[in-house]
Amino acid sequence: MPKSSAGLLSRSLAVYFKDMRLELRTRSALNAILMFGVTTLAVVSFSLGQSNLSPKIMSALFWVIMFFSAMSGLAQTFIREEETGTSLALKLTADADSIYLGKLFFNLTLLTMMTLIITPMFFIFTDAPTNNLFPFLVVLVLGVFGLVSATTIVAAIIAKASTKGALFAVLSFPILMVLLMSLVSASEKIFDNQTLADTSSEVQFLIAYVVVMTTASILLFKFVWRE
Amino acid sequence: MWWKSALFILMSVMIVYSFTTPAPQKMIGESSRIFYYHIPQAWICVIAFAMSMIYSIKYLKTKDIHEDDKALVAAKLGFVFCLLATLSGATFAKVTWGSFWNWDPRETSIFILLLIYGAYFALRGAVDVEEKRASLSAVYSIFAFITVPFLIFIVPRLVPSLHPEDSIIDENMKFTMSPMVRTIFFSSLGLFTIFYFWLFNIGKRVQLMARNQVEQEDF
Repeated sequence: MPKSSAGLLSRSLAVYFKDMRLELRTRSALNAILMFGVTTLAVVSFSLGQSNLSPKIMSALFWVIMFFSAMSGLAQTFIREEETGTSLALKLTADADSIYLGKLFFNLTLLTMMTLIITPMFFIFTDAPTNNLFPFLVVLVLGVFGLVSATTIVAAIIAKASTKGALFAVLSFPILMVLLMSLVSASEKIFDNQTLADTSSEVQFLIAYVVVMTTASILLFKFVWRE
Repeated sequence: MWWKSALFILMSVMIVYSFTTPAPQKMIGESSRIFYYHIPQAWICVIAFAMSMIYSIKYLKTKDIHEDDKALVAAKLGFVFCLLATLSGATFAKVTWGSFWNWDPRETSIFILLLIYGAYFALRGAVDVEEKRASLSAVYSIFAFITVPFLIFIVPRLVPSLHPEDSIIDENMKFTMSPMVRTIFFSSLGLFTIFYFWLFNIGKRVQLMARNQVEQEDF
């Protein structure tokens, strides 16, 4: 772990690489989040078939799958620190800001890896239109950032509570509901062959959401972490 | 206490007037009387949640456990009034639009508010250590409250609304209230606000008594 005289970015990256190394040893969070995504996708596609889904239903299904997969694995990184009792050691060696950013990058990597596998599978299973791929990718990237920026601090909160698993979804959902509403509305327009310019109000909102949630998390994280 | 008797008399007069004067909105008719109760409920819900957030910030700054007690009392009262506003709104929706619930922007926003504070109480139930519970729930309530401005500005753009434009701000711009309606409405608003602060004060004292009792039992 570098000394605290190192820059914030290199300190956060140190936390990030520590977590990545731990994750690659067992792949527990990645496997959980990936299998959950594949299972949900399979259930959805199995029960609906390829029966010409409307853009509205397709975008709703996609973000439901994303939401529940995110809920299954994003809390893992903080729960692991509490369960193995390493949070005290981490508290001594790194400051709150760099720990938060390290965990944020880690969750971002985790969700990105899941998205990279789930999204092509979603297009294959539901026969979604692929002629409008670039705007969809923009919304997708913003969606991943939004999900991670809002849930990382919630993960830190529930790691200190007694009923961890169920509580994560309960606490995250009210915060994510605004995000999910505009994500569904944006991807519905895109599946309906509209351009990125038509979704500009949603895209602006998504950017604002990511910025506000990340800033608030950085300001509040130290109060959670010190407990 | 003289002001409690005064509050009782004034509220009784206000309630009688709210049902005996002509209905405030001619087109909606008799059911528009709910406006004297529904808006004060929603207003108190906002005051209570804002107070809860301010006490949460104060707790994080001072680490004084009494601030956390106040945040809890305000959140509980806010939740009750939020529930009342939801129920009275749904009743009004049934009478005028034909269904109790149809994801109108305001309905969506109030539903999310209920979820946020439901989650807040769930979190408080899941943490045993008092100081830990206080800081974690304070952080959560501040973090969750940040999304409320998004609810007010974004949700109405995404979902079409049937809600009458009867919020307090655009009230005067939309339809001019007759002096009688205005008097009843603002006295209802004021009296309910006083009523809320009274309830808040009682809740605060109950919390304090419970805390003192626990401390005495410890010795």
